[in-house]
Amino acid sequence: MVKATLNRAFQTVYTMWLREMLRFWRSKSRIIGSIATPIFFLIFLGAGFSSSFQTESGSPFDVSYLAPGLIGMAVLFSSMMGGVSIIWDREFGFLKEILIAPVSRFYVALGKAVGGVTTAMIQGLLILIIAWLIGIKYISIIGVIAAIGVMFVSGIGFIGLGIAVASKIDSHEGFQMVMSFLTMPLVLLSGAFFPISKLPAWMNVLVYSNPLTYGVEALRYFLLGKSVIPISLSIAVIIVFAFAMIGLGGKTFENTKVT
Amino acid sequence: MLHAIETMEITKKFESITAVNNVSISVKPGELFGLLGPNGAGKTTLISMLSTMIEPTEGRATVWGFDVEREAPRVRESIGIVFQDTTLDDRLTGRESLDLHGRLYGLDTKTRKMRIQDVLSLVELSDRADALVKTYSGGMMRRLEIARGLMHHPRVLFLDEPTLGLDPQTRLHIWEYIKTLNKAEGVTIVLTTHYMEEADHLCDRIAIIDHGEIVALDTPEALKDMLGGDVIILELEKPEDKSRLCEIYKKNGTAKIVSEKNGEIFITVKNGEHQIPHILYLASNAGVSILAVSLRKPTLDDVFLHHTGRAIRDRAATEVEQVGYKIRARRK
Repeated sequence: MVKATLNRAFQTVYTMWLREMLRFWRSKSRIIGSIATPIFFLIFLGAGFSSSFQTESGSPFDVSYLAPGLIGMAVLFSSMMGGVSIIWDREFGFLKEILIAPVSRFYVALGKAVGGVTTAMIQGLLILIIAWLIGIKYISIIGVIAAIGVMFVSGIGFIGLGIAVASKIDSHEGFQMVMSFLTMPLVLLSGAFFPISKLPAWMNVLVYSNPLTYGVEALRYFLLGKSVIPISLSIAVIIVFAFAMIGLGGKTFENTKVT
Repeated sequence: MLHAIETMEITKKFESITAVNNVSISVKPGELFGLLGPNGAGKTTLISMLSTMIEPTEGRATVWGFDVEREAPRVRESIGIVFQDTTLDDRLTGRESLDLHGRLYGLDTKTRKMRIQDVLSLVELSDRADALVKTYSGGMMRRLEIARGLMHHPRVLFLDEPTLGLDPQTRLHIWEYIKTLNKAEGVTIVLTTHYMEEADHLCDRIAIIDHGEIVALDTPEALKDMLGGDVIILELEKPEDKSRLCEIYKKNGTAKIVSEKNGEIFITVKNGEHQIPHILYLASNAGVSILAVSLRKPTLDDVFLHHTGRAIRDRAATEVEQVGYKIRARRK
């Protein structure tokens, strides 16, 4: 009985994951677009920063500083997109097909999250590789593997948040609001583009209450070997955030309505 | 089991509007049951309650013996549903749509493969199965949705306006599929429609619904018979003869209901085509000359008119708006 229930739960999660993968595979332009943006940031922003700014010690700005931040940004964008895509499923009707199925909605949400986080990790990984190809050095292979783990955990957190938000929004107009008022501030207040050690106090509060900050810091620690926030704290925060958000997302999705 | 579906004084209120009011119906296993009514009559709301998408405000309902509120998961396993608006993911192929559906309903790999072939050939989509849904026409999408609704061998299949917005030829095709699967697969079907021809052509029994209430329920034939039979219309050469002729028919006992309007005589009789010779004979005996005779079989629209004082057609304009919405929804 327990085994059958577990089996069914796994089937549900796998089915939803499979759908996300099929869709992802078919939207190659989306994949290219989502990698292109961070790469342009890395190349152009990196070139601009290193020609104008220097670090406190007087050495020129190191472009590799941007890499973890841009990976974090890509993971955030595609995780949020993955969660918020429920709005599209609602708009185009497919949500009804899922909600009428005799399966637990919590596992449906979980499957959607696992699918979304897979696409987020693929994109993060591609940026990681491209950055390496253009000359950014990572400290160790173990560090890279740990960074992939960080992508997964923080991706789950943001996708849970995306699902929770999308379950409450019933129009695609709301999507732009989410992107402008949630995603952009999260990126800009995360230390993806600048060091967080010497910020004004009001901004410090915002930066330190932003879960993405801890994700980016953990990536920076594992890829470059330096971080401002202790790695144990970063990891603790992203894990707690992931569990809290997937719980919230799952619960909110269970109560979502279609008309 | 006695009933495939049974509702007991089921009611749904949306704030101040009562969409479904005290509806008690029962559908037999294997039956093809129709809910006929104009747009906004409450058909979709009733189906939504039966398919556990929304909860009734009052009353109870069971589907295949399971209570729609307390045993919702069991109800969901027992039903298939084709919604009014498309619920397909257009970035998947037809085969993938069916496969994912089969997985969600817990079918194993072998069963899924076989079943996909069966349902695809039933709706004649086998050759387009591996094309993306977004390349399908409206009729093909509807057929794929019917196939998907059947994937998991549901006991009861709900079809909400299955031919809305489709061209007449596709409509005839869909009718064929619906008849076939009702007979061949033995699945109980409940369909909603505001096309009286559709209800008349397909359904074993029809519930006519208006303003959330059932106004009549019977077989299409019985519903039409209730009106007293066919109507024979006589056009006279000399309108002044009409009252004399009416008297003759009434006295003679040929027909119970005789009326006149705009110089024409309307005679309601059973078996109209057999009565015409006799009626003409009586007229010529009386020396009344008749210009034209026509026979009209009653339609479900007449039945609807009889019960509600309005024609279903009066409300048909809104259908154009709905189709417009569907087209917009497809453009992503």
